Parts: sequence; C-alpha cells; structure tokens
Amino acid sequence: MNRIPAALSHLLSTTLASFFAPASGASPNAKEIHTLYVVTLVIALIIFFAVEIALGYALIKFRKRKGAVASQIHGNTRLEIGWTSAAAVILLALAILTFTKLSSIQDPPNSGPGGATLGEQNNLIYASNQRKLPPNGKVLEITVIGRQYIWQFVYPGANEADGLGAPYTYEEMVVPTNTTVELNIVSEDVVHSWWVPELGGKFQAVPGYHNYTWFKVSKPGEYRGQCAFLCGRGHARMIATVKAVPPAQFEAWLANQKKQLAEANAEAAKARKKLNAEQGPGAVENP
Amino acid sequence: MATYAAPIPQVSAHRAERENQGWTSWITTTDHKKIGIMYMVTTFVFFCLGGTEALMIRLQLGAPNNTLVTPEIYNQLFTMHGTTMVFLFVVPMMAGLANYFLPLMVGARDMAFPRLNALSYWLLLAGGIVFYASIFWHPPEAGWTSYPPLSETLYSPSGGQDAWIYLIHLTGISSLLGAVNFYATIANMRAKGMSWGRLPLFVWAILTYSVLLILALPVVAAAVTMLLTDRHFGTHFFDPAEGGSPLLWQNLFWFFGHPEVYIMVLPGFGIVSEILPVFARKPIFGYKAIAASTVAIAFLGFLTWAHHMFTTPIPEAILVFVMLSSFLIAVPTGVKMLNWIATLWRGTIEFTTPLLFCAGFLGLFLIGGISGVFLAVFPVDWQLNETYFVVAHIHFVLVGGAVFPIFASIYYWFPKMSGRMLGEGLGKLSFWLMFIGVIVTFLIQHVIGMDGMPRRVYEYDNVGHLALYNQISTVGSFILAAGVLVTIINVWRSLKVGVIAGPDPWKANTLEWFTSSPPPVNNFDVIPLVRSAEPMKDIRHEVQRRTGGVGPGAATAPAGATQVGV
Repeated sequence: MNRIPAALSHLLSTTLASFFAPASGASPNAKEIHTLYVVTLVIALIIFFAVEIALGYALIKFRKRKGAVASQIHGNTRLEIGWTSAAAVILLALAILTFTKLSSIQDPPNSGPGGATLGEQNNLIYASNQRKLPPNGKVLEITVIGRQYIWQFVYPGANEADGLGAPYTYEEMVVPTNTTVELNIVSEDVVHSWWVPELGGKFQAVPGYHNYTWFKVSKPGEYRGQCAFLCGRGHARMIATVKAVPPAQFEAWLANQKKQLAEANAEAAKARKKLNAEQGPGAVENP
Repeated sequence: MATYAAPIPQVSAHRAERENQGWTSWITTTDHKKIGIMYMVTTFVFFCLGGTEALMIRLQLGAPNNTLVTPEIYNQLFTMHGTTMVFLFVVPMMAGLANYFLPLMVGARDMAFPRLNALSYWLLLAGGIVFYASIFWHPPEAGWTSYPPLSETLYSPSGGQDAWIYLIHLTGISSLLGAVNFYATIANMRAKGMSWGRLPLFVWAILTYSVLLILALPVVAAAVTMLLTDRHFGTHFFDPAEGGSPLLWQNLFWFFGHPEVYIMVLPGFGIVSEILPVFARKPIFGYKAIAASTVAIAFLGFLTWAHHMFTTPIPEAILVFVMLSSFLIAVPTGVKMLNWIATLWRGTIEFTTPLLFCAGFLGLFLIGGISGVFLAVFPVDWQLNETYFVVAHIHFVLVGGAVFPIFASIYYWFPKMSGRMLGEGLGKLSFWLMFIGVIVTFLIQHVIGMDGMPRRVYEYDNVGHLALYNQISTVGSFILAAGVLVTIINVWRSLKVGVIAGPDPWKANTLEWFTSSPPPVNNFDVIPLVRSAEPMKDIRHEVQRRTGGVGPGAATAPAGATQVGV
C-alpha cells in the first residue's frame, strides 16, 4: 500500500525540481540564479492569475444578457495612472532584487579549504573587463574550446620554454571539488554556447572573443550539458560532461594525462623522424 | 433628287480602355482591395507551408533519438519554418489586412500610391518564390537568424543561404515600399474630420508598424548585404581571422530583429483594439493610453535588442541597461492588457468568433509577456536562453499576439471582403481547437527548456520525462493544425453558401462598414464627415434621429445612399 505514495512522492520530488525551475544546485552561482528565478516566478504567477481571473470574470460576468446595457465609459485617467505606476513599481522591485544578487552570481569566491592548491594568476595576460577573479586571485583556469562538434578542455601546465604541452581532454572535463574553476570560453570555427545547467548559465563561444564564467562544485559527481547554440548538423550531439573529483584524484588524473600526452608526442616525433629519414628531409613538418 | 441618306458613323464608340476580366484583372490590378486579397491568400499559403514544416519538426521530436528525418533536413525545416512565419506570413499578412482596410477605415478611395502598392505585392511574391525554389536544390540550414560564421561559405556552401539573403532583400524592399505607402495614405488621405485623435486604433498600429519597418529594415538589409559580399566577393565583415566580428552580425540582426517582434504584434494589438469595443458594445477604454503605449513600445523596442545577446561577451553595463529597458517595455504592454480588460468590463459581450479569438489573444499573449520578464532578468536568461523555454515564449508572443488577432480579423472582416458571413459553429470549433492546441503544444515547452533541452536539436536522449513532455507538445501541434484546417473549410464553404452579410453585420464603429460588402471599386460614393473615433456609431444615431427610429437604419442602407453628417 505504501509503495504507490512513496513512488509518487519520489516522482513528484524529482519532477518538480525541474518542472517549475531550471536545474541548479551544484555550484553557488547556479543556486543564486535559481533563487532569482523562483522570486521572479512567484511575482509572475501572482500577476498571471490576477490578470487571467480578471479577464475570465469580465468575460463571464459581462456577457450579453436580456436588458443589460453596456456602460459607455471612455476611460479613467486616475485608474490608468495607477496601474501604470503599479507595473513600474513591481518591475523596479525585481530590478533591485537582481542587483542585490548580481555579485554572488558574477563574482567567483575563493576556493574552499579542501580545494586543490593553486598558483597566482597572471592578471596582466588575461586582463579583461569580462573576467572576474576571486578575492585571493587564485583559480583553476580551464580554456574551453568549441569546435564542430566537440568540446576541448585545455588545463594549465604548459612547458615554460615553448608554452606547449598543456594537458587537454575532450568531452569530459575533470575538475577538483571545492575549487573555484574559471572557464575561458573560445571557439575555433562557428558560434557555440557552453552550458551545464547545474553549474550556472550559458556563455557563447564566439570566434575572435573570450567569454568567461566560473563554477565551484562542492561534492563529487557528474554534470551533463551540451552545446546550446546552433553550430551545424551535429549540434544535438555536441555533449559536455563535467566530472568533479576530490583534489588528490584530480592531481593524479592531470599528471597521468600529461604523461600520456608527452608519450604520445614523443612517439609522433619518432615517427616523423623516421618518415623524414626514409623520404628525405621536409617530407613531414616539425621533425 | 438625291435622297437623304443618314450618315454612316465613321468611328465606332468603344471604351478607351477595356477592363481586364478574370485572372488578368488580378495580375494587372492597382486596386488596394484586390492587392489586399492577393496578399492575404499568398501569405496564408505560406502560413500553411510553414505550419507543415512545424508539424514535421514536432513529428521528429515526438520520440527520443528519432530517425524520421536526417539532421540536415531537420536544420532545413526549422530554418524554413522560422523564416516563412516571420517574413512570408505575419509581416506581409498584416500588410495585406492594412492594404484592404486602412484606406476604407480612413475614408480614402485607394492607397496614396496604387502602382507602388502593386509592386510591393509582386516583390513579396518574388521573395517567397526565390526562397521556396531552394527546396528543389538545397534549402538554407543556418536558422532564421543565420549567424555567421555558420552562414558563411566555409560552413554553408549551398545556394540556399543566398536564397535566404535574397528573400530578406526582396521582402524587405516590399515592406519598405508598403510602409511608405501606408504612412503617406494615413498622413494625407484621411476623411474630413478624422484628426489624429479620431484615427482608428488599427490605423495607429499600422502607422507605428510602418515607422518601425522604415527604421529597422535598412539595418538588416545592410547586414545581409555584408553577408552576401562575405560569401561571394571576398570581404571579411564577420570573419575574426581577418579583423571582422561575428558579434557585429548579432548586433545588426537584432537591432532589426527585436523591433521586428513589435512589427509583428502591434498590428495585432490594433486589430484587438478594434474588435473588442464592437462586441462589448462599449467604447475602447483609454483610447489615448492605447495609442500612446503603441508609440512607446515602438520607441523602447529600439533600445532592447541586446537582450538577445545576454550570453555573448559584452560589457556588464550593457547587460544592466538592456535588462532595465526590457523591463520598461513591459509597462506599456501591461497597460494595454489592462485597458483591454477594462474595455470588456461592464459591457454586454457578444461571444462571436472574432471576440473569442481576441479573448484568446488576451489569455495567451499574457503568458508570452510574462515569460518575457524572466528572459529580461539576465542571470535567469543565462539559464533559459536558447532552450525550449524561449521557443515557448516566442510562440506565445507570436501565435497569441499575431496569429490569434489575424484569425479574429479573418472572421471579423471576411463579411466585408466577400459579402458573406463565415459559419459561427465552425468558427467556434476552430477557435477552441486552436486555443487548446496552443496551450498543449507550448505550455509544456517551458518545462522542456528547464529540463535542459536546447532549441534546434534534431534529437534528444530520454532523460527525466523529456519524451513524455515532447509527446504532449507534438499532440498539441496537431490539435492546433486541426483548428487552422477548420477555418480553411469554413472559408471555402462560406464563399458559396455563407449568409449574405449586408454592409454592417456587426454594428461596428469604423468607416469600412459604411460602404457595401464587398465595397465598390471606388470604395465610397460619399465620404462622411467624421466627428468622433467611432464614426459609424454617430451615423447610426443620426439615421435613427432623423427617421425617428423607424427607418431602415444605416445597417441596411446601400452604400452612400444616406448622406449623413455632412
């Protein structure tokens, strides 16, 4: 007997979370957007029901009946000024609320105590009016590269000498928990849009521009998203997953990633050398 | 003696110019009424084509990971659907209605420039043919917004993209010429006594529509020309590698694109402002507020385009400014809403089909207006932008704000155009099917968007309840289509067997009801003197006063037979 209500309440709780509001919850900025959304929803529902009820009431109450005479009213200036100001006041209140939430949505916080160890960012290189840093200036910056039809994520860790050799991955971004991660979103071909609903809003990857956003995941987990701007025939299959793991596991993953890359590069260099030796110099570039 | 012979006529009398008969009378006409009907029939055909594309989109999304159409065809379908509904249906349909009724409503015998008017129509048809001809080769597939670099030759090499560009150009010139014509007609050809404060509200809306078109269209014309030269003549306006900017397109396109939304809905507002008072038997509540809010919406409409670009890399100051200007535009829109409800208040409402479609407009447009406020709060927009929430929003705005008023006007004005009434039973059936169809199709799409489904995807995985929600939406779209079909059947039937309407079947307020149905070529033998915003009401009163209430009344008098109010 108890199973049906239990199943129902489970269905309701999982459904309602996303039924009336966008997904949220894994990152502080997404939570704040969710709060702002819920307040807007409450105001919207009150106005919606008030107006629809007034409309329905007018339609039913004042339908044509025998003997009824329509009153020939041309307007009421005081009433009209009243509802114009009321509409303006409601929207002003919503604007003020948005302003109070703005900083918690846009400004990244410091990483938590259990986060990964990070170095200072070089602000000179990345100075931008879009880009915001946490108070202590430390973030894990990942470059998100959109291209038809795959996301690439490039991590810090390039060689000092040539700026090459930064570890990267495709489709699945691995990040440490409790760490402020900043995304530098770029595109190599057409316009794409980065979006993982539970980690905050979407940001377009526009060729020739840098777009920035951040998130900070508190518990390990996998968060799914996909490209949100039409980028061609494969748009629907341009998936992105963010996998949050404890910092130690992240460090190990990153080191392994770097090692594998170095090995693959070495092997490729060897192959190029061999080809050049066989077919004469210049057959393959970058020997 | 020579007998007297009657002189044989050397010159036989015949008309200086023979009137064209049959189909040649249509293709050679400069009569605003015939041009108006050609506009309406043509755009309705495009509406059916665009609607069929929408049904195919909904069929593909009816099941998760569906393989009914390929991604290529899917992208072509939504590109054709959006472009058709905006450029080949709503905007020119409003032009068609204005073509037929604007001269009649202001008491003119034709438009200011009849031949230019014919050119407007033929350019529209040419644009539609150029665009739809691409389906025999390779239709465009970069969406109705055609953002570069996707719409550049590197990523969209086919000629379909160029067909899209020429469609924008041809329909754009058509609309510009039409707008100039409407403006000139309103400014110069109003009946005696029709001051600006007595202009019918539909005419106010068309005046504003014309100004918006004149200001917005040159910008998109420039943008598509730049795209054309980028594609074929080696320029790099939108290519960042050569110093161009993809954001330039977004700015230019939406500088046009946002006012375009008001170009599509303001005439609808005008139609509703005409029809509600007629069937509530009450004057419009706050004539001045409605006319002023139309102009205010048009002005503010030019300050809000960047709310389509909240997720692009733009400075925060712009985000804040555009959020506030978008909020501001909700004020005059809300004022209109309340004015319309106040018009119904304490009236004696007759539930005819035109009134039902107007009431449906109020109920549905409200949803679109309110969901627009969510999208104006830019952090919330970061979550909702480019998802099915936006698809739901634009469809409540455009189906509610434009398609429902268009259907209201079909039922309201068909008697004037054809001389016959449309069937009320079929009309009401059509209304309820369409009303329920819109709610079932689009309400659930808000939820689909919040569940994380972006727009313009040809397939989706069945996460959560996405499959169920999409099935609901697909079922709704077919209910909506059935409603449209019922109106088509209704029109077809009534052309042959509809009840004869007479000049003024609704006891309406504006001058088009002064003349016979359908009106003669010259519209009016006598143009009455206008003494208020509701001249026909005055005329009926005057007739009643002179005949002591026992005469035939203006409603049954033949056109121009009673010269009243002069």
